[in-house]
Amino acid sequence: MTTTVVQKDGPAAVTPPPSLGSHVRNYVSRVRGGDIGALPAVLGLIVLCTVFSIMRPSFLTAGNFANLFTQGAATTLIAMGLVFVLLLGEIDLSAGFASGVCAAILANVVTVLGYPWYVAVLAALVTGVAIGTALGFLVAKIGIPSFVVTLAGFLAFQGIVLMLMEEGTNISVRDEVLVAIANRNLSPVLGWLLAAVAVAGYAAVQLLRHRTRAARGLVTDPAAVVFARIGGLALILGAAVFILNLERSRNVLISSLKGVPIVVPIIAVLLVLWTFVLQRTSYGRHVYAVGGNKEAARRAGINVDRIRISVFVICSSMAAVGGIVAASRANSVDPNTGGSNVLLYAVGAAVIGGTSLFGGKGRVLDAVLGGAVVAVIDNGMGLMGYSSGVKYVVTGVVLLLAASVDAFSRRRSTATGNR
Amino acid sequence: MSATPLLELRGIDKSFGPVQVLRDVAFSAHPGEVTALVGDNGAGKSTLVKCISGIHPTDAGEFLFDGRPVSINSPRDAAALGIEVVYQDLALCDNLDIVQNMFLGREKRSGIVLDEPTMEQMAADTLAGLSVRTVKSLRQHVSSLSGGQRQTVAIAKAVLWNSRLVILDEPTAALGVAQTAQVLELVRRLADNGLAVVLISHNMNDVFAVSDRIAALYLGQMVAQVKTTEITHSQVVELITAGRSGGLGLAAEPANGGNGHGAEPADTTSGGAR
Repeated sequence: MTTTVVQKDGPAAVTPPPSLGSHVRNYVSRVRGGDIGALPAVLGLIVLCTVFSIMRPSFLTAGNFANLFTQGAATTLIAMGLVFVLLLGEIDLSAGFASGVCAAILANVVTVLGYPWYVAVLAALVTGVAIGTALGFLVAKIGIPSFVVTLAGFLAFQGIVLMLMEEGTNISVRDEVLVAIANRNLSPVLGWLLAAVAVAGYAAVQLLRHRTRAARGLVTDPAAVVFARIGGLALILGAAVFILNLERSRNVLISSLKGVPIVVPIIAVLLVLWTFVLQRTSYGRHVYAVGGNKEAARRAGINVDRIRISVFVICSSMAAVGGIVAASRANSVDPNTGGSNVLLYAVGAAVIGGTSLFGGKGRVLDAVLGGAVVAVIDNGMGLMGYSSGVKYVVTGVVLLLAASVDAFSRRRSTATGNR
Repeated sequence: MSATPLLELRGIDKSFGPVQVLRDVAFSAHPGEVTALVGDNGAGKSTLVKCISGIHPTDAGEFLFDGRPVSINSPRDAAALGIEVVYQDLALCDNLDIVQNMFLGREKRSGIVLDEPTMEQMAADTLAGLSVRTVKSLRQHVSSLSGGQRQTVAIAKAVLWNSRLVILDEPTAALGVAQTAQVLELVRRLADNGLAVVLISHNMNDVFAVSDRIAALYLGQMVAQVKTTEITHSQVVELITAGRSGGLGLAAEPANGGNGHGAEPADTTSGGAR
């Protein structure tokens, strides 16, 4: 929400049009008032990256940078779906094993039954939708707290994965297309092309909005801020594509390894899609409304039950996408796919990114930023040779830190009446 | 004042199981006037409002809107007629801004995309039409507004939809002195803009400050509906607490149960009282 809510006074207001200075002052006062958004995640990312780069120079290589994306992809995708559930103040503890079930279905359809990859992907997605519908129905229509429903799902889905795996064996995924998702890269030219398209699209949307608002006499963000946003995105995407297009193969003669990993555009497209849904459609508006005040939403004529079911459907479907990526990355599905820390990392990613556990506040971008933090911790601690035990403890502490930042900023907002 | 009331109810009965909450209630609201609906706790004010707004079906009685008989079976029917209710607990979403709240559930769209500029402009125009100048930015989150400002937003939300009858359930209950004055001024302005306004209030000062007519409910019966100028403060209190005051309200003799034809007796009593 932060970018859209920034200083847009209507004609009824008497405040002067915002200058660059007042824009910055406004932002500072909002942050002080508790509306910190993704600031902790961004700062945390910078600090973590600096620390790891200094302590382990190998952290800063192009190869490791590319690894971060493939390592964090599944968690991030599941977290993107979880944002919707968290926006309603609900929780989905079953998202991890839901992704496992979907991955198991995928593997069974493509490897055991021998269907083409698109049939398998479709089957996995349909499974996700079905799981989400069932969970949502139990929460919204029967009225069982989501914590209990999804905890039951967590246990049951774990069992279903085991059954689909025939008690402990694993099923390999060898399909070219499926394996490519998390293991292949775009050609360098295509990477640049996609980045250019993304920046051009963002610029077009921003400038068009600026022009429309100015033409209607509504107060707009200062032009400098608009250009700064476009420039910032261009800079970040440009730098990322440049680094990812560097040669990361240890021996170029054997095989060349360069380009943007294919999961990156997948995450980007889903990020844009879900951001559009949340910020620019009435469905998204209703999700925020139900998360903010369920009774007010009901009186405004919003079908609250339908919204509640739909967020679980979105969450489980995104879990299915995460499961597909996980299966692709591991080249196989085993009974532990989507298990152990996957769910907790995903919830952690959403919360670290700035999505509130209390509902009503959050963005899909939060999941990506938080997912990046989780991936950096996981990757950096691994490089420094710490055991899994230490990694879990550190991730747990970071999650706790993020949740307390959330609680603290919430208290601060109530005190200053600014959320 | 005006010849035909915008909304006229006749002989409304409503029971919840064995409990009869409204009996033979007559009520009217005129365009350009503020009608205060008073009564003690449990007198049936909220039930009457819920019947008008379509939340509760009535057991008997007729609704006339603009002189035409209508049936209101759902909040949607009420909204279609232009009846809007501003609830006591406001029903705003704290995490949305003013524009988003005002259009909640009825967003303007172009295609599937929300049409934010149009909504912002309409919200600004509505607030300007109500001479609201206290709101700093339309893109402020509602959580950052004061109680009076929230009430203003809730009322503006009701006005936005070309509504013709606005029902306000205790709009000043939780407000300070200055904010109460602000909201009452706004209520008056709604009526001056030609809307029919129904104001539910426990506060006699508010009622006398802003209303043109007073309708008093006593144990589910409409005991009087009179012009504010023709009744005194203490008479209203008596109507609320005892159901009658002098010649007004329930007749002393038991057979003649309360009906809403208060205007004629009001003339005689007010003459006597002064």
